[in-house]
Formats: sequence, C-alpha cells, structure tokens
Amino acid sequence: MLEIKDLQVKVNDTEILKGLSLSVKAGEVHAIMGPNGSGKSTLAQVLAGREDYEVTGGSVSFLDDDLLELSAEERAQAGVFLAFQYPVEIPGVSNTYFLKAALNSVLKARGEKQLDAIDFLKLVRERVKVVDLDESLMKRPVNHGFSGGEKKRNEIFHMSVLEPKLAILDETDSGLDIDALRTVAGGVNSLRNEGRAFVLITHYQRLLDYIVPDVVHVMVDGKIVRTGGKELALELEEKGYGFLEGAA
Amino acid sequence: MSDQTRAEQARQKWQQGDLLAAYRADYASVEEQRDALGDRAGELRRAAFARFEEQGFPGRRDEEWRHTNIGVVRSTAYQGHQQPTTLTRDQIEPFLYRGCHNLVVVNGRVAPELSDSLASAGGARVSSLAYLDASLRPLVEERIATAAKFDNHPFVALNTALFRDGLVIDLPKEAVVEMPLHVLNLSAHASPDPQASYPRLLINAEAQSQATIIETYASLDDEPTLTCPVTEAFCAEGAVVRHYKVQKESLSAAHMATLHVEIQRDAQFSSQSISHGGGLVRNDSRAALRGSGSDATLNGLYVVAGDQIVDNHMYVEHEAPNATSHELFKGILSERAQSVFNGRIYVHRSAQKTDAKQTNRNLLLSDRAVANSNPQLEIFADDVRCTHGSTTGHLEEDALFYLRSRGIDADAATSLLTYAFASEFVELVEVEALRDDLQEFLFSRLPGGEIVRQAV
Ligand SMILES: Nc1ncnc2c1ncn2[C@@H]1O[C@H](COP(=O)(O)OP(=O)(O)OP(=O)(O)O)[C@@H](O)[C@H]1O
Ligand SMILES: [Mg+2]
Repeated sequence: MLEIKDLQVKVNDTEILKGLSLSVKAGEVHAIMGPNGSGKSTLAQVLAGREDYEVTGGSVSFLDDDLLELSAEERAQAGVFLAFQYPVEIPGVSNTYFLKAALNSVLKARGEKQLDAIDFLKLVRERVKVVDLDESLMKRPVNHGFSGGEKKRNEIFHMSVLEPKLAILDETDSGLDIDALRTVAGGVNSLRNEGRAFVLITHYQRLLDYIVPDVVHVMVDGKIVRTGGKELALELEEKGYGFLEGAA
Repeated sequence: MSDQTRAEQARQKWQQGDLLAAYRADYASVEEQRDALGDRAGELRRAAFARFEEQGFPGRRDEEWRHTNIGVVRSTAYQGHQQPTTLTRDQIEPFLYRGCHNLVVVNGRVAPELSDSLASAGGARVSSLAYLDASLRPLVEERIATAAKFDNHPFVALNTALFRDGLVIDLPKEAVVEMPLHVLNLSAHASPDPQASYPRLLINAEAQSQATIIETYASLDDEPTLTCPVTEAFCAEGAVVRHYKVQKESLSAAHMATLHVEIQRDAQFSSQSISHGGGLVRNDSRAALRGSGSDATLNGLYVVAGDQIVDNHMYVEHEAPNATSHELFKGILSERAQSVFNGRIYVHRSAQKTDAKQTNRNLLLSDRAVANSNPQLEIFADDVRCTHGSTTGHLEEDALFYLRSRGIDADAATSLLTYAFASEFVELVEVEALRDDLQEFLFSRLPGGEIVRQAV
C-alpha cells in the first residue's frame, strides 16, 4: 500500500530525513519509535503533503499513485489520514461543520454520494461514542480550548468518520491518561481491517499493549535503523535507544 | 505625475479657488436656508467655514494624514446643494434592518416619508435637525459641536459649516429603548456630477438610559460621492449606548467620518464599526472618559480589496480614574488594499487605575496589500494598566495544512480561516439583522463561500 524508498527531506536547508525506506502493506499496523528530533513527525507531515518540507530525493508510492505528486487535499481524498502530534486550534469554525465539509470533499472526490445533514449527524452520533468524546465538543470550534486529551480523541474521531485507507498517528498516545489511552486504542482497533493500514508513531511501549503492531521500526537521525516484531518495543523500553547507537 | 507635482497642482487649484468655489457656493446656499438651529448655528457655521477656507484639505505632510492619500477629495469638485432626490420605499427596502426602528437620511437630509415614525421611536425622542422639535431645541443648542471641535479637523469644519439636516436622538433619563434605532444614510445622485453630503447625528443619553443605535452608510448608485458625517454622543451617568457603524458605500465614495463621544461616571459606550465599502474611508473616532468607572469599547472590522483605502484613527482620552477602554480592530486586506490603524491613548495625570487595552490584527491575503498599525500611548498617571498589541501577517500555514490534510481544498481552507479570523468580531454583533448582513457579505466575498456558509 505504502512504499517509501530512500526518502530524503530538507527543512529550512537542514537535512532531516536521510534516506528512509519503509514498506507497509494493507491490513498491517506498523509502529515507529525513536528519540526526540529523529524526524518522525517530519516523515508524517511529508506523507500528509506539507509543502514547506523539501523532498530532495527518493520516492513514495501509495496504492497506484505517486504520493509526492499529490496536494495535501488530494492525498486525504485518496485515503491518507494524519492524526497530528499537535492538533491545530481553529477558532470560529465548528468541529461538526468542519468535519462535514471534510467528509463531503472526500466523498465527492471519490465519486461517492455526499451525506445530507441528517445522515451526517447519525454517523457522527455513532462514531463519537467509539472515542467517548463529549458531544458538546462537536459544537465548539475545532480544537479550540480543548484539553490535550480531548484534542487527541478528536483526531481519532475525525479518523473514524473519514475512514482512511492509511492512517498515520503521530504520538496520539502522548498526554493521555490510562482510560483515554484504552478508548483511543479501542477506536483504532475497531477500525482495523485487511484493507486498512496504520502507522503509529509513539514513544511508549504501553500503547502497543493495546494496539498490537505487526512491525516495529526504530528511527534514529532520519533513518530506520532497526526493524523487528513487537518484542523490539519491549527491548527498547528496557535498554533505551543507547543500545542502537552502533546501528545508526 | 509625481505625488509632489500633484500636491502642488492641488494647492494651486485651491488658491485659485476652483474647488473652494464649489464649497463657497454650497455655504452661501446653506446660509440662505432658514437655520432651524438658531443664532448659535449661524455663528458656528461662519467660524467653521472660515477655518476650512484657511486650512483647506490636509496633505501627506500632515502627520495625522501621512499614510492616507486623500487625493480624490483634493481633486474633485463635489456639489453639496443638489436637488432633493425622491426615493420609494421599494428602493430602500434592501437596506433596512428587520427588527429595528429605521430612520432614513438621503444625501444628509432626513426623509420622514421613508422612515419609521420619528415621533414615537420606542421611548427615544427623535427629531430632524432642520425641522427641530421645539422641546429638543435647548438640548441641541447646548450640545451641538461641543464634542466634535472643528478647529483642528478640516472635515469636521466642513460638516459643521455645511450640514443641512441630521438627526438628534435623545434618550430620556432611565429610558430603556429595546428596539435598535437604525439611521440609514443613503447617497443617491440626481445627476452624475460628484456630490457631497454632510450627515449629522447627535446622540444624548441621559442618566441610566440604554439604547442600541446603528449608523449605516450605503449608496444607491456608482457616481462619485463625498460623505462627510459627524456624530456626537453624550453618555450621562450610568447610561449604556451600544453603537454600530456600517460603511458599505460604493467604491466611488470617499467617506470622511468623525465620531466624538463623551462618557460620564459609570456610563458605557460601545461601538462596533464595520467597513467594507467606499474607495477611501477615514474614521476619526474619539472617546473621552470623563467620569470614574466609565467604559469605552471601540471595535472594528475592515474588509478591503482592490485599491480601497481604510483608515481608522482612534483617540481614547482617559480623564478620570478607574475608567476602562478596550479596542479591537481586525482587518482583512486583499489585492492592493491599504489600511491604517492609529491608536492613540492619552491618560491624564489624574486618571489613576486606568485600564486600557488596544489590539489591532491584520490579515493580508495578498503580497501587495499594506497594513499600517501605529499605537500611540501617552501616559501621565503612574498607576495604570495599558496594553497594546499589533500583528500583521498571512494565514497560518499550520492551520491551512491541517484543513487541507483532512481533504478540504486550498481555496475553501483559505476562506474558512479568513472567516474564522473575522468571526471573533462577528460574534460581537448583537443585532441579529446586522450580523446576518455581515455574514452574507463575508460569504459573498470569500472564494468557495458556499462551503464556509455550511461550515459556520
Ligand atoms: N520547521 C522547521 N524548521 C527547522 N527545523 C525543523 C522544523 N521542523 C522540524 N525541524 C527539526 O527537524 C528535526 C526533526 O523534528 P521532528 O519533529 O520530525 O522530530 P520527532 O522525531 O517527531 O521528535 P519528537 O519525538 O520530539 O516529536 C528536529 O531537529 C527539529 O528541530
Ligand atoms: Mg514528533
């Protein structure tokens, strides 16, 4: 589904991704771990189509498309979703209506029927339960004044409504209490199926107790330096990134 | 032609009396008209016109006018003494606000036949100035031109010399006027010649009275116009006046407006000023906080494009202790539009415990748009809190990207965020018809406005 080959990316003239390769098949869950500043969020944002990051080499294909040729909105319409590490507050735009505009753009691009207000509300009611998001947050402006945990749940809620093919979750577990973590993981698990893939960026093994990954990658200094099964996460938790120094 | 030669030519024209002749003719005809305002008005007009003749129009070298090119006013012979225009209620219908008491002024003259009742305006006492109600005469004679002084302001001088009519709104002691009063100022041309009008509004809010007063300025055609209004408001102890101003004239209009407010003990004056019409717009607003515990809230939103120029010159004067003032001005500029925000706050030595806050935020939607922002704090008391902040910039990349990454295309995302920028102000508009009107304007102005309409 997603094939990244030797990806090199510069931000403000600094090389951040230095030849990164990654292959994700439909139905798989991949976890990416790695120290602060290693480039995890940069990778996530580049995949979602952020324009101020300069791709200087490599390729990314998604299903049948050259992903790097698509605009951010075209990627979303093709089925890529990024749950932001820092969801953006947008005062003045209601969460519900924003999501409706997003869903209808995505449906329109896919040639599917757009939802009217009633069907949309039904869908929202159903999905909001999955992430246990307070319904009052639906009427508020997008992320505006939401607590850290509410923002993260809201990202998963958006995901569950937009039903992407590839979902990239950038530290969605950070800042969540244990109950919220369970709910968020439950939301992700309920969306797992053979047609959909997940890339989870995380610092904590504990998320992977709830969402069991097929593959774990370790990223250091803009590259994947180690790939393994879920036991790799346990090993990291125990020994820290230090034991990989030599590998980088 | 360079600016300088243009200025030189304009000055020569002035000296030769070309333009001045038009204003002199107007002045002569005003003098002929039986002046309802009594003896004091005649004196006032004479002094004001003499002042105008002497000063002429300000130029770029004038500190107060440095960033605002009023070339069009300096080079157009506007006629003030045009034929009265007759309009039908159908023509003005689109400009009326439902749920409001509509008072219609055409080319500076009150049009009772187009207005809701002047005699009974929900507890307010309303009269035309030209046909002044005898019971309001003492008030008008006492108050008029005492807040808006013409000595230092050419457009106040012009209005004071040349206004032919206007409205006085008196809120009796403890009167609570529920229905907003809407003063609709229309400009309508009988001929394509450039024409001037001088709307005048006097608001007197007696102790503990409350009302909402809206001033709208609109055009019925595209011919060149100079609109030069002066509004004075006096808020006595404990009065609450909510004022709105909507500027939506045609792009051929130059609008040079003055608002002067005096606020006594525990009284509140709030103003929301919306400006999106007019080719050249200048708002000089001045609030004097005269009494302890008084509050002035002066907010504004300007949305300009093309070659529009909008200039908000604010002057808040804290004369008494424990008074508060808040100013929030937001601007959205596209294409080659220019804006000026000049926020002067003057805190007198005696005005201890002043709390003054001023904010100006500009959103530039093009690289050629220019926003000038100039706070001017002069503080002579030591125990005060005065803050000011000013930002000018483009839309946040982070927010745009967030919206686009959810599938919303770039145009719609830009429009959504632009609307969101304005929404803080939109929410301050408490009069429903006015808020709807503003929203409709914003939707019509934004590309992909349909999506925004659904999203807010
Ligand atoms: N806009 C930017 N301008 C300059 N440097 C940037 C920018 N964005 C990211 N960087 C730098 O790129 C590097 C990688 O950042 P990135 O956010 O991708 O790391 P990360 O692995 O997600 O870290 P964390 O675990 O702390 O979230 C960091 O050194 C960061 O300072
Ligand atoms: Mg990160």
